[in-house]
Amino acid sequence: MTEWRPPFALVGAWLGLLVLLALTVTLAYVPLGAANAVVALGIGTIKAGLVAAIFMELRHRSGLTLIFAGAGLFWLGILLWLGSMDFLTRT
Amino acid sequence: MSDKNYLTTDYTLRSWFLTTDHKRIAILYFASLIFFFFIGGAAATAIRIELATPQADLVSSDVYNRLFTMHGIIMVWFFLIPSIPNTLGNFVVPLMIGARDLAFPRLNLMSWYIFMLGGCITLFAILAGGVDTGWTFYTPFSTLYSNSYVIVAAAGIFIAGFSSILTGLNFIVTIHRLRAPGLTWYRLPLFLWSLYATSVILVLATPVLAITLLLMATERFFGVGIFDPRIGGDPLLFQHLFWFYSHPAVYIMILPGMGVINELVSCFSRKQVFGYKFVAWCSLAIAAVGFLVWGHHMFVSGQSLIASLVFSFMSFIVAVPSAIKVFNWTATLHKGSIHFDAPMLYALAFIGLFTIGGLTGLFLACLAYDVHATDTYFVVAHFHYIMVGGMVTAYFGGLHYWWPKITGRLYSEYWARTAAVLIFFGFNLTFFPQFILGAEGMPRRYHVYPPEFQVWNVLSSGGAAILAVAYLMPLFYLGYSAFFGRRAPANPWNAPGLEWQTSSPPPEFNFASQPVVTRAPYQYNEHFQAEPQNA
Ligand code: HEM
Ligand SMILES: [Cu+2]
Repeated sequence: MTEWRPPFALVGAWLGLLVLLALTVTLAYVPLGAANAVVALGIGTIKAGLVAAIFMELRHRSGLTLIFAGAGLFWLGILLWLGSMDFLTRT
Repeated sequence: MSDKNYLTTDYTLRSWFLTTDHKRIAILYFASLIFFFFIGGAAATAIRIELATPQADLVSSDVYNRLFTMHGIIMVWFFLIPSIPNTLGNFVVPLMIGARDLAFPRLNLMSWYIFMLGGCITLFAILAGGVDTGWTFYTPFSTLYSNSYVIVAAAGIFIAGFSSILTGLNFIVTIHRLRAPGLTWYRLPLFLWSLYATSVILVLATPVLAITLLLMATERFFGVGIFDPRIGGDPLLFQHLFWFYSHPAVYIMILPGMGVINELVSCFSRKQVFGYKFVAWCSLAIAAVGFLVWGHHMFVSGQSLIASLVFSFMSFIVAVPSAIKVFNWTATLHKGSIHFDAPMLYALAFIGLFTIGGLTGLFLACLAYDVHATDTYFVVAHFHYIMVGGMVTAYFGGLHYWWPKITGRLYSEYWARTAAVLIFFGFNLTFFPQFILGAEGMPRRYHVYPPEFQVWNVLSSGGAAILAVAYLMPLFYLGYSAFFGRRAPANPWNAPGLEWQTSSPPPEFNFASQPVVTRAPYQYNEHFQAEPQNA
């Protein structure tokens, strides 16, 4: 909050997200087999990174804030990991 | 300095409803929680009266479903989760760290308004016709079949969730930023370690609940296939998401209770808590590992066997830090100079009841036994031992302990002890028979049962009547003391915590001058030889 940032960072990030969105939609129609999911998740990760770094301003934060943001991500990982373990091993 | 304290600075309604003083906000929460506790309690009373006989002679099955749902929703989200953090926590956190207030006083007030808004919306759902899904809102019942006020109730809980998140945030920032000079992490009272761990869970888990309820509403309104397999959803997904919040939530309900018990056990055995660092880190361990065990609520849901095995194993691990705490309290009592004042009676009751609750949790964590016990009264007894026997008892203990600080008055020790003993007795009579009922196979959430179960049900209902009276007693003697009790000294228990170093009740900004901490917490033996002076 202290440091003033030119808004083009925000606009740029927004445009970037739109491009990535278009990419996701397009690639969803390209038959890549199993790679479709990997590509979609990869793009999703980049989008989330953009939001976290630029809109949430995490790139200017230090220490504690980053630990908490990371912890949220880590715990989301646990939810997805243990949850999908059930889905993948159901008989 | 003037002799005004936080209660007497101003008497207008405005000064209460627009206050940013953490102590006044604690009182606002306190009043609201008494209100919700009564509503939840009224539902419980109706349930126990119905179950005194095997037939359905009080309410219809439909009304019964709405009764236990209302009981569960109100008690979990509008009593247990906010209870200790928002009343006792709000009051003592800044006092214990030597601060003037929480880090975000206005956010604190806003949390109360959000909480009340959520509460009112949920109450509206109940008055308008009620909800019959159970507090767990399992799909597909909640999304497809139930024609009760599911969305309205869920909206209320969704909104109240924001209050939880904001409170957690406020506590975390306060504990990091506003500690008095010299108050290092290892000098922090253990109550604050437990509230810190609780806040971490509040911040990390509550959003998942909010999203889950939102998804449920989306499916119910728009028929988007999220949980319904006919339109491409997965019904187990709901349970995964729900319990990912709700298992950690049971620790939101118990960790603050454990924190209070540390203060009480130490004060009334006049000893430092045994193994301070272990107890402190166990709070964080419970918070962290508690996120890995939600699948033990889904053993019979049809989740994969591998998942069940992993969750079963993890559940045994999460019991370890809880057990360490029990051992440490016992070791603290060992050779202590024990005083059986009312708060201590509550603390001892807590230790016994929590141990029973925790050990039966291990039964349920065993796959094979859980298949037998799921959805029986055994589970009901298990979680009531922890949430009512543990949490509510700790709440009463803490309330008595800090009562002189909050009101500046002393209560009747005689009546307080009587109530504590009666609560312990009534509680066990109510819930112990339910273990037996459950082991014999009586299902939960039924209002008609075979006559051979009646004996235990009558005992349970009788116990509930005693418990109801015992829970009402503090309302009278504490209420009386708030207005007519003897004036309390600043430090009636002769305790070393910072909160006792300011007057009772504290002035508006807590301390006349910034306190400085030079010693580890709980130094009872070295510097505090005197007896507690409460008569
Ligand atoms: C320490 C605080 C604890 C609290 C507040 C607590 C609370 C609860 C609650 C509320 C339920 C019932 C949920 C429902 O179906 O409505 C429950 C069930 C269960 N608890 Fe606990 N519990 C605690 C500790 C434990 C521990 C330490 C274990 C295992 C080591 C455990 C194992 C279980 C299992 C397996 C069930 C599911 C039983 C079933 O539905 O078949 N609990 N607990
Ligand atoms: Cu659980």
